[in-house]
Amino acid sequence: MNFLMSLITNLISGLSLGSIYALIALGYTMVYGIAKMLNFAHGDIIMVGAFAVIVSVTSLGLPPVAAILISVVVCVVLGVAIERIAYKPLREASPLAVLITAIGVSYFLQSLALIIFGSNQYSFPKIMTFSSITLGGLTLNGETLTTLIVTTILMIALSLFIGKTRIGKAMRAVSEDKGAAELMGISVNKTIAVTFAIGSALAAVAGLFYGTTYGFINPYTGAMPGIKAFVAAVFGGIGSIPGAMLGGILLGVIENLSKAYISTELSDAIVFAVLIIVLIVRPIGLLGKKTNEKV
Amino acid sequence: MNQVKMVPYPSHSIIPERDEGHAVLQARELGIDFGGLTAVDDFTLTIGRTEIAGLIGPNGAGKTTVFNLLTNVYQPTRGSILIDGKNTVGKSTYQVNKLGVARTFQNIRLFANMSVLDNVKTGLHNGIQTSLLSSVLHTPGFKKAEKEANERVMELLDVFHMGYMANYPAGSLPYGAQRRLEIVRALATQPKILLLDEPAAGMNPSETAELMETIHQIRDTFQIAIMLIEHDMNLVMGICEGICVLNYGKIIAKGTPDEIKNNPLVIEAYLGKGKGGNTNAASE
Repeated sequence: MNFLMSLITNLISGLSLGSIYALIALGYTMVYGIAKMLNFAHGDIIMVGAFAVIVSVTSLGLPPVAAILISVVVCVVLGVAIERIAYKPLREASPLAVLITAIGVSYFLQSLALIIFGSNQYSFPKIMTFSSITLGGLTLNGETLTTLIVTTILMIALSLFIGKTRIGKAMRAVSEDKGAAELMGISVNKTIAVTFAIGSALAAVAGLFYGTTYGFINPYTGAMPGIKAFVAAVFGGIGSIPGAMLGGILLGVIENLSKAYISTELSDAIVFAVLIIVLIVRPIGLLGKKTNEKV
Repeated sequence: MNQVKMVPYPSHSIIPERDEGHAVLQARELGIDFGGLTAVDDFTLTIGRTEIAGLIGPNGAGKTTVFNLLTNVYQPTRGSILIDGKNTVGKSTYQVNKLGVARTFQNIRLFANMSVLDNVKTGLHNGIQTSLLSSVLHTPGFKKAEKEANERVMELLDVFHMGYMANYPAGSLPYGAQRRLEIVRALATQPKILLLDEPAAGMNPSETAELMETIHQIRDTFQIAIMLIEHDMNLVMGICEGICVLNYGKIIAKGTPDEIKNNPLVIEAYLGKGKGGNTNAASE
């Protein structure tokens, strides 16, 4: 009975961690689907978002809601600016050049944060305090539940947005055929900018939850969740939105269960080993679509 | 659909001096170089408001390049393009589409994973204006705009007898239906001129005959100009009011189908130089 309780608790915190990965993975997968590039600077957006919250609350003394809004706005502006300045001029360049640029932007953001904030750990302000809920002997952490609920709502909203709206349709059209979409009157540049904006806004929310979960932020904070979210996106099938959600959640659950029952040190190794196995068995990822290139 | 009106003027403005005033498209001395290679040069052409015009020429003559220039997929090295009197130089492709140029492709380029309905709706992209907020919040305004868009798409699909396919994925349609769907999607952008790149490619004679009917219907129903690239001479000679012949990137002849059929330069471009009296016989 005790084992069952701890299993459920671990599963739920795994789901919560996984939904943070899923939020980040959505940014990777949307940008890949639409701009056909891997935006390795995406993870560092989380760090910037988390620092935006810290500065707003600790230095400026703003209320939590304002801090969250500022964080989202900062990340959206940053994401769109990065696309505009660093990636847009390379639209016709080789994928390798874009990839290297993305890695460069990632280091640029880390170094910039290092100059501004130094290499110290900053403690993340407790802006969300929720009491734990006890359900028949099962104690659930309030923050964990909030993370799970908010990310689920965001993912449903995103699916509706992409499925139902005019801009969502434009995004799907651009992801299938940029040239044809442009000839149908869709601005590819604007669509890509919107994609970066949405991805960065989700990253800001992910930064908030990541900070709340771990309590500490430094300039390198974004790197590891960034890589893991990228793994999640590949795991689920890069370019696929439900794939990113599934991949992120599975990854979080696997990581948390291996931490709890196998070994904390080995948990990351296990996560990456699972990725390797999945890619051997199913190279396009769990929900990836085979692309039939026409010659 | 069936109110087939006769168009006031099959304008023949491929012969420019005839009706400059009614032009929907005017290309002047258009040219493009790729590195040292001149792909298209000195391309001057006027197309009237409801004209059906043909662009023909041997393989590699630069026909698709001309379409890419007219839609600003390529920026011309020289010359100018006016769509309905408005200059398109420096505009991007989607802006040229807004000015009234739509096209289909030689190899079909539908959004294969999207439904037939959604494919056509992307064409309406510029037509429906709903704000981001209203679409996220599903306000009544958004719902109304969505309903109108769906109705407009269904109307268009019904014109081409494709209404029952609305929810099929575009990639699952048979070849002929995919070609028609590309035309419907292009028409949804409410063009003033529709560019068709080899619409009859891969069609059998009866399908081609049906296509000729369809092209006439489009012109009469939507009152727009149509310019097509095509290798099927029966189709070109059968429906085009004006024809422009391209060879090695240059216009070698412009005129009515009869004039083109008998033009010795055209015959030479297609069949090679004859010996002695051959060209005379042809121009008779």
